[in-house]
Amino acid sequence: MEEVVLLGFWTSPYVMRVKIALLEKGIEFQYKEERDVFEDKNKSELLLESNPIYKKVPVLIHNGKPICESLIILEYIDEVWKQEQQLFSADPYYRAKARFWIDFFDKKTTTCGKKLWANKGEDQDAAKREFVECLKLLENELGEKPYFGGDHFALLDIALIPITCRFYTYEKLCKFSVEEECPKFMEWVRRCNMRESVSKTLPDPFKVFDFVLEVKKRFQIQ
Amino acid sequence: MGEDNSNVVLLDFWPSSYGMRVKIALQEKGVSYECRQEDFEAKSSLLLEMNPIHKMIPVLIHNGKPICESLNIVEYIDEVWNHKPSLLPSDPYKRSQARFWGNYIDKNVYSRGKKVWNGKVEEKEESKKQFIECLKMLEEELGEKPYFGGDEFGYVDVALVPFTSWFYTYETLGNLSIEAFVPKLVGWTKRCMEKQSVAKSLPHPHNIYDFALKYREAHGYE
Repeated sequence: MEEVVLLGFWTSPYVMRVKIALLEKGIEFQYKEERDVFEDKNKSELLLESNPIYKKVPVLIHNGKPICESLIILEYIDEVWKQEQQLFSADPYYRAKARFWIDFFDKKTTTCGKKLWANKGEDQDAAKREFVECLKLLENELGEKPYFGGDHFALLDIALIPITCRFYTYEKLCKFSVEEECPKFMEWVRRCNMRESVSKTLPDPFKVFDFVLEVKKRFQIQ
Repeated sequence: MGEDNSNVVLLDFWPSSYGMRVKIALQEKGVSYECRQEDFEAKSSLLLEMNPIHKMIPVLIHNGKPICESLNIVEYIDEVWNHKPSLLPSDPYKRSQARFWGNYIDKNVYSRGKKVWNGKVEEKEESKKQFIECLKMLEEELGEKPYFGGDEFGYVDVALVPFTSWFYTYETLGNLSIEAFVPKLVGWTKRCMEKQSVAKSLPHPHNIYDFALKYREAHGYE
């Protein structure tokens, strides 16, 4: 009897990646929502025990054994549950390419993501320019394909789609439009949202915006 | 996929621990390759073409196609030249653990190490503490095993051992004794150096030290 538990938090795009992958593969799992991810004292014992080094979600616990870091979890899911459509390409070169893009994207969202909603003035503007540049590079990588994976919704699509639920927040706070800057990228976003795994997983962008405003208030960020 | 040594080029910069990882992996697999040294003051047009996003080494060019990011390259090498020795374990859970530690090393060793030999003087003691903390975590993970991979040298060993060529630099410029804090890890270093793939790929620590001094003279403390 397989036991699959996912520790998460509803606004985390990294958690959303794992949820989408599990749904795509038709894997039954139990989801446990953390109460708070900002302060260690509010984190569940199970999280602190399963991910003692980083104390972060997502954590996948498979038959009692924890796996941390979203990309590592996706690789694990693909290697263990081979019955459905593979998330990773069979070709090592395309696998390496997908890993590269996810790493690039994650580094970008780490450096400029927070500045988009927590900073103001020139810092925020610079972050906005960097973020748009990143989306344009991705749009270029997508090209004329329906998905980053080609004809099939695959790993890179799963890794990138979650952040899009934050677009409304970024657009409102930074005063720009992703649709205007990257129309092809937004076409891909709409295409992905037609998939049940995505529409079931991504939260309402307005709720995300409200949450960000609450966080700003809580930590006294102007 | 069959073996193909016909066209393997590595763009490298000899003091880079990331470049050394790739060399070790290629040596482990017995893959012959051409190594081209890059000059950071004047990057080659080939590097800029093959890694336009980061413009950094290492880049492996296999039959004209570039693969970037060192651990990504190491996985690629393991997949394409999939004869023994295997660098990653075959069990999915053990693979996820190996990737986790590779990722941990990527997140911590270089940045903490750099602060020790080139960081602000007033932050020196804190930087040393953080660096040793990271090495202790790794020593704990090693435990009583001969290698991080268990009985066999593997992915995590490849990820970490290059940084040991910098130990003399960290110790001399940071004024600390690594062996005093992590004797087991230093024991592991010596064991790894007995392997031809490692001994052939790591530069002499004194050459690294000379490089570090020149770098510090040219760029100042960061």
